[in-house]
Amino acid sequence: MSKNSTILTTVLTIALIAIGVWIGENINLLPIDASTNAPVYDELFKVLFTIGAILFLGITGLVLYSLIKFGRKPGQKGDGLAIEGNLSLEIFWTAIPAIVILFVGIYSYDIYDRMGGMQSLGASGHEHHAMNSNNKVWGGIGSSYSPGQTNKNEVLPPIPIEVTAMQFAFLFHYPEGDIISGELHVPTGQPVTMRMESKDVIHAFWVPEFRLKQDVIPGQPTILNFTPTKAGRYPIICAELCGPYHGGMRSTVVVEDSEKFNEWFNKNSKSPNLNT
Amino acid sequence: MTIANTPLKESSLQPKGWFRYFSFSLDHKVIGLQYLVCGFVFYLIGGLLASAIRVELTSPISDFMPRDVYNQVLTLHGTIMIFLWIVPVVNGAFGNYLIPFYVGARDMAFPRLNAVAFWLIPPAGLMLISSYFITGAAQSGWTAYPPLSITTPAAGQIIWILSVLLLGGSSIFGGINFIATILKLRRPGLKLMQLPMYCWAMLGTSILVVLSTPVLAGTLILLSFDIVANTGFFNPNLGGNVIVYQHLFWFYSHPAVYIMVLPAFGLVSEILPVHCRKPLFGYVTMVYSIMAIVVLGLVVWAHHMFTSGTPPWMRLFFTIATAFIAVPTGIKFFNWVATLWGGRISLNSAILFSCGFIINFVLGGITGVALAQVPFDVHAHDTYFVVAHFHYIVYGGSVFVIFSSIYHWYPKVTGRMLSENLGRLHFALTFIGFNLCFAPQHWLGLNGMPRRVAEYDPQFQLINQISSAGALLMALSTLPFLWNVFESAFKGTIAGDNPWNALTPEWLTSSPPPVENWEGEAPLVSEPYGYGVTQAEFEQSSISTYQEDEHQ
Repeated sequence: MSKNSTILTTVLTIALIAIGVWIGENINLLPIDASTNAPVYDELFKVLFTIGAILFLGITGLVLYSLIKFGRKPGQKGDGLAIEGNLSLEIFWTAIPAIVILFVGIYSYDIYDRMGGMQSLGASGHEHHAMNSNNKVWGGIGSSYSPGQTNKNEVLPPIPIEVTAMQFAFLFHYPEGDIISGELHVPTGQPVTMRMESKDVIHAFWVPEFRLKQDVIPGQPTILNFTPTKAGRYPIICAELCGPYHGGMRSTVVVEDSEKFNEWFNKNSKSPNLNT
Repeated sequence: MTIANTPLKESSLQPKGWFRYFSFSLDHKVIGLQYLVCGFVFYLIGGLLASAIRVELTSPISDFMPRDVYNQVLTLHGTIMIFLWIVPVVNGAFGNYLIPFYVGARDMAFPRLNAVAFWLIPPAGLMLISSYFITGAAQSGWTAYPPLSITTPAAGQIIWILSVLLLGGSSIFGGINFIATILKLRRPGLKLMQLPMYCWAMLGTSILVVLSTPVLAGTLILLSFDIVANTGFFNPNLGGNVIVYQHLFWFYSHPAVYIMVLPAFGLVSEILPVHCRKPLFGYVTMVYSIMAIVVLGLVVWAHHMFTSGTPPWMRLFFTIATAFIAVPTGIKFFNWVATLWGGRISLNSAILFSCGFIINFVLGGITGVALAQVPFDVHAHDTYFVVAHFHYIVYGGSVFVIFSSIYHWYPKVTGRMLSENLGRLHFALTFIGFNLCFAPQHWLGLNGMPRRVAEYDPQFQLINQISSAGALLMALSTLPFLWNVFESAFKGTIAGDNPWNALTPEWLTSSPPPVENWEGEAPLVSEPYGYGVTQAEFEQSSISTYQEDEHQ
């Protein structure tokens, strides 16, 4: 490689990385973040989007450049260069993806841990349910505490909710207060731990604004934890094909400040004031 | 050395003329074309179903067809495109046509098994499609997850299982045949490491087929017991476990992705060197990366189950294994780009589709690595993001390669050239239509549109309409292609034996080739990619051209 082309390659690579970083920082493809999981997720998304943009633009650029530069001009005869391979180049582009994959893997493990994926089951308020049931319980990802709160004593106790999914609706049961509701009501800033089971086929509980999804399975309870952060009404969507009305199997999660939530809770509760 | 290396005595008893394409022919070339044309008919049917889905999704309410019909349509679309189009065509069609040439044989190792393998496909396909008209087709998606597949109408589901079992059987027969042919029917003197790359791809693919397809067959038989005999393997009401089905299903169905893309990788490796006039870059690493993909491909299945209620250790293991497939896959892509680099590339339809494949598949691969990360997947799983991802892999990947291959080998098969202008039009419509259809679906998924729905949040209507417009372009793109294929068969320029000046053995015989493949002995091609000139000659040929241009 001549000196000029080395400089040119370096400049182009830096420009490519700069464009990738700019895309990752400035193009938002996600809905608003309304749970403690969401900003953590968005951080991962930004990193993956940046790396993806660099690789995609880089390879597409190389393909297009090759087609233009090495495309056969009218009347041109003869073959291309007889290059059968280049061991150091091949080692280089085995190593680069391997390092990127390793970095992404370690980073996403960290994210996974921060989102509560590595919490052992039975922790953070699951005991309540484990005693009620002999079934083994499988956990969904989702943290029931805010990562920012280091002092666990300040964390509010999680609200237990039992979720039943059926063709084609979700039912939410609040054991404290014995409320049954078709809409999910949760307060901001307080962890929620949901124990979910299906009455018929497999469904999935998904709130895009929470960046969380967990299948709801017949004969196999699953747990999903989250802490809402922003007040609003967000869709609950069934994400597993469950029959003809699958597309219509939707509900709403109403996130409100604790005052309004308590108002709703007490109004509907059969044994009021337990949660205040 | 073997029977297949001497001219088949039976060949004189085989039907001649057009009728042989409808007969139980034992000629691998006839069987290859049977696979291709039969697959293409199913592609048109699957495409019609896809169009119906995209019409339904132009509005946020379910108004084009009844909801249960919609689920039948999406189930048939997935099943047809996978089991009746891509798998039979990238394996059966091109494999049968090319592999005997590449190993220097007169036919496949087991010609009768080969014919049986093909003739299982039309009845299986007809059965599957007729179920829609007779009993109503299966409506639990191509994944047929229980308990939904146990609770939806049984007749359609059972017919679905039967036809997938037949197609799986066909696939296993083909796999055994390819392994035997590649390993045992090589012409004397031809070493394994001299084989064209498609042979390696087919060897790897066939290993996957033979190892994993029986697991699918067993699973579907258990599922059919649950449906007709009221057993409880997967039925939670009878103590069964629905998650076990998912493990067994994906143990086949993830490798199935490689069964659809590895042969495509092989075909691209044949096409690029010919039209770039360069050796395939890094032959040895290409071989090793195929085998690495085969091994890793067998241990990644549970990444389809990250939201199913999977223990944390399992999620981590399958994240790491899945992400690492990107390394051998990445090597192949860099090697293809390096094959383009420094070439003298003819910008014809075959190259355009191959380069379209590289660009599409890189995007599909990147979203694949993202989806392999558990925390990413818990949001994106079962959404349109996944729909976009796998269409970038199987359409942007495999189907683009199928078209590229048709442009490349049509002159060999028919003896006539395809029209380049129609080919470029076909490419432009397909590439623009495909990206217009599927790129916006990434956004839809991330913002809250689940897959397999007939109705959705009205805020997604505009993006869905853009996507449907792309689908319309894709549907239109088949018109110039079909016209080209039919017109060129009669009026195309005569191709001659070797219009591309290619070195692989199928070009060293007449177009179309005789029944015995070569008039005399099979040629020994020890350097299938021996193209290229030195740097000095390359520069000389560039300069001399410019001088000629100046004279003009």
